Amino acid sequence: MSVARGDPRLAVIERRLAGVARVVPVMSSKGGVGKTLLSCMLALALSDRGARVGLLDLDVTNPTAHVVLGADLSKFPEEDRGVVPPLVGGVKFMSVAYYSGENPLPLRGWEIDNVVREVLAVTIWGDLDFLVIDTPPGIGDEVLDVLSYFPKHEPLVVATPSPLTVASVRRLLKLLTEVVKGGLIRLVENMARDDSRAIADLAGEFHVKFLGKVRFDEDVDRAVGSVDALRKSRMYEDVRVIAERLLRECP
Amino acid sequence: MVHEWALAEAIADYVFKTVPSARRVRVTIRLGELQAVDEGILEFALKEIMKSEGIECEVILKREDCVLKCRRCGHEWLLKDATLGEDVREAIHFVPEVVHSYLKCPKCGSRDFEVVKGRGVWVEEVSWG
Repeated sequence: MSVARGDPRLAVIERRLAGVARVVPVMSSKGGVGKTLLSCMLALALSDRGARVGLLDLDVTNPTAHVVLGADLSKFPEEDRGVVPPLVGGVKFMSVAYYSGENPLPLRGWEIDNVVREVLAVTIWGDLDFLVIDTPPGIGDEVLDVLSYFPKHEPLVVATPSPLTVASVRRLLKLLTEVVKGGLIRLVENMARDDSRAIADLAGEFHVKFLGKVRFDEDVDRAVGSVDALRKSRMYEDVRVIAERLLRECP
Repeated sequence: MVHEWALAEAIADYVFKTVPSARRVRVTIRLGELQAVDEGILEFALKEIMKSEGIECEVILKREDCVLKCRRCGHEWLLKDATLGEDVREAIHFVPEVVHSYLKCPKCGSRDFEVVKGRGVWVEEVSWG
C-alpha cells in the first residue's frame, strides 16, 4: 500500500514548538506603528523578568529586528540537529536575515509560505516560556501562517490613535476575533502622545484586553542597535509594564 | 550534527502521522538541487530515527535539477549554470528562497523569478505493508 506525496515540514512544526509555553505574535495591519521595536523590547523585558524567551522575526521580505537588537549577521547560527537560534541580549533570536543578509529578498506569496515552513521546521527553540513573533504589516502570508501553523497563540495587536491606524486595525481585529478564542487577543497603544481613549475604546468594541499605552519616545532611534541602550530607553520603561501585565495574564 | 537531521525528523514525523501503525516502510524522497541536502546524512539520520521507533525503513532518494524562470522576461535557466560562492550556497541550503537575494535573471537582471522545480525536500511516496 502507498499514500500520496506531501510536504514533510508541516509534520514537524508541532515537535519544534512542543517546549514553547506561550506564543505572542505582535501584529498590526498598519505599518509604522512600532511593531518591531515593541517586539524586541517585549522579548528583552520578559527575559529581564527571568522568563526563557525566543524572538522570531517573521517579516520575511523585510526583516529589521536584527537591526534593532544589533545582532551579528556575519556568521550563520550554529547547528545541532537543526538550527539553534543565537542568544542576543538573553533572547534566542531567529531571522531569515542570517541568510539573506542586507540584500533584497523579493518573494511572492507561496515563497513566503515556504520560508515560514522552512524556518519553523528546522529551528530548535528548546524550552521557552515565551516565543515573541514580529510580523509584517498587512494581513498577508506571514500573519495567516501564524494563525495556521501555531496551534496556540496570543496575538498582541499594536495600534496608534491615528484614524487611519484605527480603521486598519479594526479589520485585523475582526479577523482575529473570528479565529482566536478564549480572550487571548490583547491590544496595546504605541507612540501615545496624549490621553486619547481611541485604542482603549477599540479594545472595548471588540471585547479584547487593553494592555496599556507605550508613550512616544522621540529618542528611541538612538537606542537602536544596542540591547543595553534599548533597556535604558524611556520606551522600555513602558514596555516593561506591558510585559508585567502579560506575565500576570497566564492563560 | 548538521541541519539535515531536522529535515529527517520532519520526514519521520510525516511518516508517523501518515501511517502510524506501520513497522516496515519505504519512503521515496525528492531532493531539489537548490537546497543541496547531503544525501548520505539525510538517509543515515532518517534510518536512525525510524530505527529508534522500531521501524524498518527503506529510503529512495531522487535528485531533481533546479530550473529557474524569470517572471519579467520569461527566460528559463538552470541553477547549475549560475556561479555562486560557498557562503551563498550555504545560506541557500538553510533557506532556499534566499536565492532571490543572490541571483538575478541572466537575461534581464530581474530578481522576480520562479523556482520551477528542484527547490527542496519533498516526500514523493510512503509505502508500507
